[in-house]
Amino acid sequence: MGRYFAIRIGRAALTIVLVVTFAFVVLRLSGDPALMILGPEAPPEVLAAFRKAWGLDDPIWLQYLDYFGAIAKGELGRSMRDGRPAIELVLERIPATLALTLPAFFLKVALGVPAGIYAALHRGSGVDRAVMMTAVAGFTVPSFVLALLLVLVFAVQLGWLPSGGQESWRHAILPITTLSLGGAAVLARFTRSAMLEVLGQPYIRTASAKGVPWRKVVTSHALPNAAIPTVTILGFMVGTLIAGAVVVESVFAWPGVGRLLVVAVANRDLAVVQCILLLVAMTMVSSNLIVDFLYGFLDPRLRAKGAHA
Amino acid sequence: MTPLVSIEGLSVAFNGVPVLRGVDLALGKGEALGLVGESGSGKSVTWLAALGLLPRHAKVSGSVRLDGRELLGAPASELDQVRGGRVAMIFQDPASALNPVLTIRKQLCEALALHRNLSGEAIKAEALRLLNLVGIPDAGRRLSAYPHEFSGGQVQRIMIAMAVAGNPDLLIADEPTTALDATIQAQILELLSTIRREMSMALVLISHDLGVVAENCDRVAVMYAGRIVEQAPSNQLFADPVHPYAQGLIGALPPLDGPRRRLTAIPGTVPDPAHMPSGCAFAPRCTLAAEPCALAAPPLAPIAEDRVVACIRAEASRHALLGIAAE
Repeated sequence: MGRYFAIRIGRAALTIVLVVTFAFVVLRLSGDPALMILGPEAPPEVLAAFRKAWGLDDPIWLQYLDYFGAIAKGELGRSMRDGRPAIELVLERIPATLALTLPAFFLKVALGVPAGIYAALHRGSGVDRAVMMTAVAGFTVPSFVLALLLVLVFAVQLGWLPSGGQESWRHAILPITTLSLGGAAVLARFTRSAMLEVLGQPYIRTASAKGVPWRKVVTSHALPNAAIPTVTILGFMVGTLIAGAVVVESVFAWPGVGRLLVVAVANRDLAVVQCILLLVAMTMVSSNLIVDFLYGFLDPRLRAKGAHA
Repeated sequence: MTPLVSIEGLSVAFNGVPVLRGVDLALGKGEALGLVGESGSGKSVTWLAALGLLPRHAKVSGSVRLDGRELLGAPASELDQVRGGRVAMIFQDPASALNPVLTIRKQLCEALALHRNLSGEAIKAEALRLLNLVGIPDAGRRLSAYPHEFSGGQVQRIMIAMAVAGNPDLLIADEPTTALDATIQAQILELLSTIRREMSMALVLISHDLGVVAENCDRVAVMYAGRIVEQAPSNQLFADPVHPYAQGLIGALPPLDGPRRRLTAIPGTVPDPAHMPSGCAFAPRCTLAAEPCALAAPPLAPIAEDRVVACIRAEASRHALLGIAAE
């Protein structure tokens, strides 16, 4: 068990390093921050001074080493736009993002999981077909389309809700709805197929054959088995809590991490982008670790395998 | 004496395709009945239908009575009492028949709590006794193990323990040894017959292995294409099969003594359930088939004490067999 997790953690650390390296290289190859921030009309000597001040003239491998050296000392660099530490800029945006993604996450689970279970238990019924149609619509429609559609109906036509901004809780309703619908749809489909798979297993018939009432067959025999694949998708959703709202935040002018990322990329504000990506990679990787741990908890077969791995 | 279970005219159709076409079968208290036939002949479906274990889209009609009480269409709560409590069932593939995420203790105690009203220390003691009964070594420690930690034979033993936990009057063993090694097969069958004797429980042994059935059952019913075609005491059926299909099955067995002979195979294949021949379903493969065979499905008719056969050519068939024996 210990070794199983040591390997997992080692792999997780490697993933983070790779993500950060990739972001580092791509950002430096894709545009000159000096031009982006100072503008093309800036005098060449100002541009040169800017590049020198931020170390952009150094060879890329040296910049890379400097970057990791700084990280080792706990420094994630400063924003090239206003000189504040990047981590500060990012951290102050996180509450706003979580204000959208956390309620959306709970809504996804509260809607998607029961809908999927119900659909599986009533396979082929009208409800099942309705759930599945909604689910397909829910995850084929891109979130910006859904967002615009909701704005059109509830903000423009009906005038019930504001179309953007962060002044009150009412401003959060449309972005949260947009985020939850798509996720709930994905979750409903996953839960349904996991449940159907489990309900077709011989051990479900065994449970019925020994006289377990159907309700209990579902709750104590089917659900614990169906939870295993469902946890995978839940873990992925936890991983997107920090940066899963980039599009939605942009559409609704919500000042969260997602919008900070869009602006920082447009400006090639290197330290800020890298800081966000590091944070995203870390949440993704840690939610994956939690999922791995949960697998061991939910499935005794994996627990045994882990002990021998 | 009323039989323990009596099945009359039991029919099952999946999406309009009939797989069981009027099964009549009766079983006495403590009796061991073998049910043989090729896969797809409806051996398992008969008992899954009787216990209401078929998927919802299966259309079931006819009558299944347990001690005179009708089971088909009985309320779920009543069926839950019957399943495991009166009639228990074990299945072919032990590896997937136990819930992989629950301990053996949980799965055994569930049956005990449902049918024996046990709790606390008593339930644990009984679970332990059952595991010892079916011969699981180190039962005390193994109770908290999961199914994947046991071998196939051991899992089948646990399945048997779980099945008899509710003190049922009838155990249906659906191909209980098909998925197991030959040496384990014999042990499991031995265990089944010991437990049956000790608990004076009736047994239905579903199998396509005639030898297994001959050894373990008092009576045998032969199924073909969703019907019973012959029913007889085991020794009589093997010595003197009447239905041409039963003859074919037994003719395909190598004899243990006597001269070596060519094994006879039944020509043709089982009919597609969606396109059943009119009349006798076996007629297209039968060497004795005559014109009337294609007109109507022959009913099960008595030919001797304790023997029924569904064949209008039964006399001719018997003569043919005696003729071969005389040569």
